[in-house]
Amino acid sequence: MQPNQELIPHLFRNEFSKIVAVLTQLFGLENMEIAEDIVSDTFLLAAETWGKKGVPENPTAWLYTVAKNKTKDLLKRNQLFHKKIAPKLVPAQAESAELEIDLTEKNITDSQLQMMFALCHPCIPTEAQVGLSLRILCGFGIDEIAEAFLSNKETINKRLFRAKEKLRIEGIKMEFPAEAEIEKRLAAVLTTLYLLFNEGYYSSTQNLSLRKDFCIESMRLTLMLIEHKPTNQPLVNALLSLMCFHASRFDARLNSHGEIVLYEDQDTSLWDAELIKRGEYYLYKAAVGNELSKYHIEAAIAYWHTQKINESEKWNNILQLYNKLLQVEYSPIAALNRTYALAKAQSPSIAIKEAEKLKLINNHLYFSLLGELHLDIDPSKALEYFQLALSKAKNDNDRQVIQAKIDKLTC
Amino acid sequence: MMIFRMAPLQDFQPTPEQMQESIKQWQDWIGGIAAQDKFVSTNQLSFNGKILKPDGVITDGPYAEVKEIVGGYIIVKADDLDDAMTLAENCPVLFFGGHVEVREIMVLNP
Repeated sequence: MQPNQELIPHLFRNEFSKIVAVLTQLFGLENMEIAEDIVSDTFLLAAETWGKKGVPENPTAWLYTVAKNKTKDLLKRNQLFHKKIAPKLVPAQAESAELEIDLTEKNITDSQLQMMFALCHPCIPTEAQVGLSLRILCGFGIDEIAEAFLSNKETINKRLFRAKEKLRIEGIKMEFPAEAEIEKRLAAVLTTLYLLFNEGYYSSTQNLSLRKDFCIESMRLTLMLIEHKPTNQPLVNALLSLMCFHASRFDARLNSHGEIVLYEDQDTSLWDAELIKRGEYYLYKAAVGNELSKYHIEAAIAYWHTQKINESEKWNNILQLYNKLLQVEYSPIAALNRTYALAKAQSPSIAIKEAEKLKLINNHLYFSLLGELHLDIDPSKALEYFQLALSKAKNDNDRQVIQAKIDKLTC
Repeated sequence: MMIFRMAPLQDFQPTPEQMQESIKQWQDWIGGIAAQDKFVSTNQLSFNGKILKPDGVITDGPYAEVKEIVGGYIIVKADDLDDAMTLAENCPVLFFGGHVEVREIMVLNP
């Protein structure tokens, strides 16, 4: 069997995070880089060997065996490894030649969950949490992360290095947070998963498959939290529900050139019914307890977007939810979306009055919205607003969408 | 802080639809303030309550001796009183024959 071009990067990505989590759990978080090196070496050897001899029947087992052997070799040879890591191992293990590396499914899952809590520790900036999670929990390459952040490898490497350094200095351990702490720590994890998903969903990179993979990975990690009893909380279900609803439109919101198709113009037959159903399922599971989180509200908003019902009823529901969301947590994008919903539920002229109060004059979306609201009332004013939006837009995708609006008005 | 005051409507029994409509009106108004990032908190007050007087006498309800009752309040972030007055425009209580009392919150520095 020839190495499959698709299979191997995915396999490596998947197994990278699993083996690194298990080895780091064994070595201690401060030695995460040694675990990364072992796994990278393992993949290097796999690529070489498989290229020559073909992919083994059970590639995962092959990787685990090689990673285990490499760890043991290192344990025997490397002085540094001896001094730094061996004392931390369970005494019986350190002395016996047979190092127990537990790559069972249960231990992999536990290690990954603990890693999730460690990397999303509030002591490091959220941007670094997202970067580290993409690397360590999802196995993306530094070049892929750099592409998503529209940055370069050096910057990302530096950012990740600083974050790891910080985790070391703060003495963060790989462990499940204590019960009293879990709520606070879980909130930090969810913020990172939410940003990770958005990085894929709204990223400005043109690399479609990468963006989709970001979304899939953040959903996989969220699902892991749901399958782990202590973290299977309404909040987490609400977040996954939100992700499912959004992801259901992934194929409909981009055309074959990777350009954004606006919600209004989407071919609804491309919406993924299976994901919508899943979203409804998790929303139902989220609807317990007393807490109405921003994830609940956003999931409910996303839910109404997937419904093909009477327009005024739909937009009225969405408007009411945005009213609530803004009371829970303000964000410029929610303020703009609320105003759009107001136009749909009531009238553009009412929405214009509200829009003018927002004064988000550095945001291109603000002027796009004002343009949109003026379309039927005063097309020349609409054009002015779109041109202002164009001058404020920060990337090609955004410029493209606005230019299309301008072309439509001027032709 | 904006305090909503109005005369209690005697024997007013709104239908569920009227209730829905009124909630929607209030939420749209509050949502407009929140969209400007000027919302802090709000509460609607129920009609149930008691009054305690210095002599230890307790009476039922806040409306026995006053013409107007406080129906609720909202705390907003505003640059100054004028800004707050602009936010108070279109407050639904105005459409129910009530009025809005806008007051600055005093910050006491200990």
